[in-house]
This record gives sequence, C-alpha cells and structure tokens, in this order.
Amino acid sequence: MSKEPLFRRTFVGLAAIAAAALLATACGSSDATSDAASGGSSETTGAGAAKSTAGTCVEGDTVKLGFLNSTSGPMAISEQTVRDSLILAAEEINASGGIMGKKIKYIEEDGQSTPTVFAEKINKLLTQDKVSAVFGGWTSASRKAMLPVVEGAKGLLFYPVQYEGLEASKNIYYTGATTNQQIIPAMDFLKSKGVKTLFLAGSDYVFPRTANKIIKQYAKTLGIQIVGEEYVPLDKNDWTTQVAKIAAAKPDFVFNTINGSSNVGFIKAYYEAGLGPNKSPIISVSIAEEEAPAMGANVTGQYAAWNYFQSVESPNNSKFIKAFQSKYGTNRPTSDPMEAAYTSLYLYKNIVEKAKSFCVDAVNAASDGVSFDAPEGTVTLDGSNHHIAKTGLIGQINAKNQFDVVWKSNGPIKPDPFLKGYTWWDPTKE
Amino acid sequence: MTTTTATATTTASSRPKAAQLLGTYGSLVAIALVALVLLVWAPNSLSPFRLGNLGKYCSWAMAAVGIGLAWGRGGMLVMGQGVFFGLGGYTMAMHMKLEAAGPGGIPDFMTLYGDGTMPGWWAPFRSAPFTLFAIIALPAAVSFLLGYAILKRRVKGAYFAILTQALAVAFATLLIATIKQTGGFNGLNTFSTVFGHNLYDPGVKKGLYLVSAALLIVFLVIVWQFNRSRYGELLIATRDAEERVRFLGYDPANVKLVAFVAAAIMASIGGAIFAPIAGIISPSNVDAAASVMMIAGVALGGRSALLGPALGAIAVGFGQSTLSERFPTGWTYFQGGLFIVVIMFLPAGLASLWPKVKSLLPGRMSPQAALVDGENGA
Repeated sequence: MSKEPLFRRTFVGLAAIAAAALLATACGSSDATSDAASGGSSETTGAGAAKSTAGTCVEGDTVKLGFLNSTSGPMAISEQTVRDSLILAAEEINASGGIMGKKIKYIEEDGQSTPTVFAEKINKLLTQDKVSAVFGGWTSASRKAMLPVVEGAKGLLFYPVQYEGLEASKNIYYTGATTNQQIIPAMDFLKSKGVKTLFLAGSDYVFPRTANKIIKQYAKTLGIQIVGEEYVPLDKNDWTTQVAKIAAAKPDFVFNTINGSSNVGFIKAYYEAGLGPNKSPIISVSIAEEEAPAMGANVTGQYAAWNYFQSVESPNNSKFIKAFQSKYGTNRPTSDPMEAAYTSLYLYKNIVEKAKSFCVDAVNAASDGVSFDAPEGTVTLDGSNHHIAKTGLIGQINAKNQFDVVWKSNGPIKPDPFLKGYTWWDPTKE
Repeated sequence: MTTTTATATTTASSRPKAAQLLGTYGSLVAIALVALVLLVWAPNSLSPFRLGNLGKYCSWAMAAVGIGLAWGRGGMLVMGQGVFFGLGGYTMAMHMKLEAAGPGGIPDFMTLYGDGTMPGWWAPFRSAPFTLFAIIALPAAVSFLLGYAILKRRVKGAYFAILTQALAVAFATLLIATIKQTGGFNGLNTFSTVFGHNLYDPGVKKGLYLVSAALLIVFLVIVWQFNRSRYGELLIATRDAEERVRFLGYDPANVKLVAFVAAAIMASIGGAIFAPIAGIISPSNVDAAASVMMIAGVALGGRSALLGPALGAIAVGFGQSTLSERFPTGWTYFQGGLFIVVIMFLPAGLASLWPKVKSLLPGRMSPQAALVDGENGA
C-alpha cells in the first residue's frame, strides 16, 4: 500500500472532524437563540432571570422551565407526544400573558429512554439552568431515577403519566392517574361485566408488577379468579409462548399492563392464537389513541382504562384538540398522557399565581385545592399527596381507533396513592 | 506508548539522550498532564454538576483503560464489559441501599415490589470492608472462570466478541427479571450515604470526583508499567502471532487471561465509583448498548495507545452530554456522524493522528516510520 492515499485519508478525516466540530458549535449557538424564540420569550438577556432571591424566586420577565422527555431511544415514540403538548401549553400560556406576567422560556432535554440520563438531565436543569420546575418523565424507572435528584436539589417535577402509586414526594406533582383511579376502576368495570376469570399479562418492570399485586389482592375481594400471570421484558416482542398459555386458560378477560412497542408483538400473537373481543377480550392500561392504530392488527372491540379519551365531549376538550391539531396536524390524535402533561403546566401556572411566588415552599403551601378546567374535566389538587382527583373511564376501541366510553366512575375519584382507604390492601403480601 | 517508542528508536542516532528519555518517560509526562487537568484544573474550574459528570466519564474511562489492555494490546474484543462495570456498580449500590435502610432495615424497593423480606445473599453487603473486597473479588472470579473456559478453548475473534456481548444481554435480562432482589428495570437508586458520608454534601461530591479521577490516573500508570514489562511484550506478541508464541513455549490463553481479568477488575472499580456519583445504577448502564458505548470510546480514542481509550471514553461521555444538551431532538445524528468519520478515515482512532501530525512537521522523521504504530494486529 502506498503511503500517499493514506495521507490523504488522514487529512480528509482531520478536516471532516474539524468541520463537524465547527458546525456543532455554530448550530449550537444559533439553536440556543431559536430555542428562546420558540419558547416565546422576549429577547431579554435573561441570564440571571431565575436566580434565587427573596420574594418570588424569579427575577426579570421570563421564567425558565425544563421539559425533560425522551426524544431518542425506545420510549421516544410515546414521550414525543408529551413534549408536543407541553410546548403547546407553554405557547398558549405565553400568548395569554405568561405565568404571573412572566413569559415561559422552556429548556428541552432528552432523557434518552435511560433512567441514568434522566437523573443527569434533571440535575442539569435544576442546578445549572436553575429552572423553576421540570415537566416530564414517562416510565416509572425514569421517575424513580429523578426522585432523589429533585428532592436533593429541592426542586419541582411535574410527572404526567399514570403509574403504580405508592409514592408521594413533596417535590413531585403527579398529574396522571394513581392506581385507585385507573386499575381499581378497571377491576370494578370487569366485576360489573360479570367477569369470573382473569389472566394478567405485563411488561417486566415495576408498574405491571405493582399493578398486578394490587389486582390480585382486589380480585380476591371481588371473587374474580386469576388464572395466569406472565411477564416479558420491555424491549422483547415475542409473546407466542405466553399467549399459548392464555389460549389454554380461556379467561373471561385479559388484563394487559404491557408498555410500549412490546404490545405489538402481544397483539399479533393474541390474534394469531384465535383470540379476539368475543373470546378472552383485553383490557389495557397503556394502549391509547396514539398506540391503537400502530398495533398492526384490527383491535376494534378491545378495551382500555384511562381518565381521558379524545372522544370526551366537553368545550375544553374540543378547544384542546383544535389547538393541538392546528399546530401539529389533523392526523395527530390526543391521548391521556398528553392531556395530563398539558394540564400539568396549567396547574403549575394556577398554583404559582395563587402562591404569588415561584419558590418551591410557597408553591407547595399553596397547592392544596388548586384546580384547572382540563380537557378531561375540572381537576383539583390534593395538597397532602400532590395528586389530582380524576374520573375513571373505560373505553372500547371503535373502527376509527377512537374510544367509545362504556363505563364511567361515579364522579372524580380522590387520589389515594397508598390505598389507605382500601381495607383489602396489604402491601406486605404478595 | 508504542508510537513514541517507535519514534525514539528511529531518531535515536540524531538525538540520543533526549529522545530516549522522551521514549521512556514521554508517556508518564502525558499522564501527568492528564492528572494536572483532572485533579487540579477541573475541581477549581467546573461547577459541581459538570464536575459530577466528569467523574462519571472518568468511571467509564476506567473501564475503557481495561478495554485498551484487553482489546488494543491483547486483541480480545471484549463487548461485554458492562457486566463487570455492573458487578462493581451493583455491589456498591447494594451497600449504599443497606446504609440508607439503616441497621437491620431492608431496602425500600423490597417492600414496594416484593413481600418485604430480604434475600440472604444481600446481608454480607452491609459490611463496608466486604463490599470493597467484593468489588475486586467478584469480577476477578467471574472473569477468571469465564476467561478460562473461553480462552482455553481457543475461542477468538468474532466468536469471542459475540460470546462476551451475549453475556451482557443475559446479565441485563437477569437483572430485569429479578425485580424483587435487584430492583429490576428501575435499578438501584435513592442512596443517602456512602461509607457514612452524606452524598448530598458538596464536599463529599467533590471528594467522589477526586477519587474517580485519581483512580483513573492510577490505572493509567499501572497499564503504562504493564506495557513496559515483559508481560506487555508477550501480550502484544500473542495478539499479533498467537501460534508463534505457543511454539515458544508459552500458553497464550494464560497471557490473555491476565489481561481479561485485569480489564474486568478495572471496569468493576469504574462501576463502583459510578454508582455513588450518578446516584443510580440500572440495567441500562450494563446492557449490550452500554457495553458498546464503552467500546466506542476506546475505538474513538485509539485502542492500542496508552491514553487513547481513557481520553476517548471521556470524549464520548462529554460529547453525549454536550450534544444532547444543545440539540435535544437531533443529537444522535452528530454522534453517528462522528463514528462514521472515525471508522472511515481513522480506523485506529484519534490517537493515530498524533504521529501523522508530528511527521508533517519539517525536519522530523519520515512519514513511513510514523505509520508504524502497532495497529497491524487489528
């Protein structure tokens, strides 16, 4: 091999790296300004805007907030939708004067679908950028990773996804459902349908494990028999063996706590095994408007338990859907986590304006009883556990991949993350 | 560094003493420079958050130094170093979980996900000395048994790489499936103290960083000494011509086993310091993807150069943090682009630029000599 081409290669390599570095720096600085502009902030310097001082904890005419969602990795497909509705809410709030007259300047970070990265990024947002509050997270793993950081930095996190409960941090606000607002209503619905046997299928992580622990204990009280329980890791798609067990057990219903794209593999195996809405139907807690069309099979007639559906009829919901679709396109559905994220930013605005301060202690002191007329209906914060009251809904998927509400809880359910009001619940039992 | 040694010998006649000294101690000077940056400049210049991040990069760099030894010097493409990183990380995290639970207490997640009882094998990790012992002994034992089984059967090349990678997949799957014992997909987090020191204390945070950076420097010096020793020569000889080494009466498997075990211990110590700095260890830090990221840093920096793996790992960590902060929605394209550039134009990593740049300077050695940089064993 002659040395000439090798040399040329080296130069090309060097030049390419230098160019990439230059590009990165150049784009980086322009990106920072466009970020501020898209966040709707007026072009102030704003460097020391969020410096903690006495009074409201935010100086200047902007307030910095952090949006922390996964825009890369396997969770990106879900978390992008939360990011989109957070940005919508921020723009709406800015257009109507901001929070306490201060425009929102949001700083985005990518959680990369990795708990460790969530911990690093929320630390960066709270201690480097000194944002007043962070919005985001999806998996329970991401929330558990952020919890010690947000408590250590004495910051605020608004978490918008339904989860397994058994948690109440004074530094976190939970605007998704806890178990007594989603899992327990779903069981009540099954009871009302006369279900006798139930099969549990879930992803192998904390939410399905805890949800199923609750389901098993409640099923005993309801007289429903659990005829099987199967788990598959989050990133695995092969459900053939497990579905064969379902087909053999012939349960009245399948309770599906699978999360993310693993659902596609499950649904495929399920229909291939000859099961369907008339033979062991499924009730899911993670399949919403966004996911239903992506299942690769016609899932019409299957059920899901949520607290919001795009089909909910209310003036606030029509307004939300219209605003979302005019910004992102009419083909984009709205879903429960998106609605909970949208609601979380407005709730924060309402708490801050009640507290007349962005300081964490003042926000926490003022939070109890704060409400917002959300697309799902009016939601009210419970200051003792930082959750909100929500109505439990069961929807049945129709041909348009929308949900027809077939069951509704008796008004909004008060959040009870530790299930203290349920005598059958014993956390120390399997 | 072989590169410097090669330089020194070719130019020995013109500049005998200085060049020879540079050849022998040039690497030490370079390590000293890195030490100066990491131990003096960084703690006085960076914010606590940035310093904590640098501490994490240093912990990855420790694993990378080991990979440099096993892969760059020993020719074993170790694609599953996440396993050993995880052994150290989880060992330390288990101890910290038990510290947070208090004497006699059990970790919080066991009541949340399980039935509130602690498996017996957790108990020894209450003891700090046992934990420190396990951080070294556990990966050493695992890597010895594994290495012995694989290397004695003369498994090498792609087969070796696939085996180690499969190990990382299996390890992560095992962790996820044993949620009641290991915290599952969530991993272990929410620590309060490490060996009695409050993790939220700024002084302790800085101390952890300094330990991380100092350990990295120590590892670099150890590898430098490794490379100078007769064993280092033998390792390279095994990499480049295993059969000939066998004919000379050595068992190549033993030679490689030493490097494999050393690399495992380095990764484990890296993991053990990562857990308290990051405040979490989870399967995503030890799975196949995490293991490949460790390899990526080494490939970027240059696998057979002394400083290449460490600096490459720090660069990858830094790049990942910085790019994703600047471009939260599109940073992965930059990362991918950089890897393509390196693989296409600099297959021996950024470290291979150095002799080439040097040779361009007037009055220096011929470019041909500069290209002899110990990369023929790839």
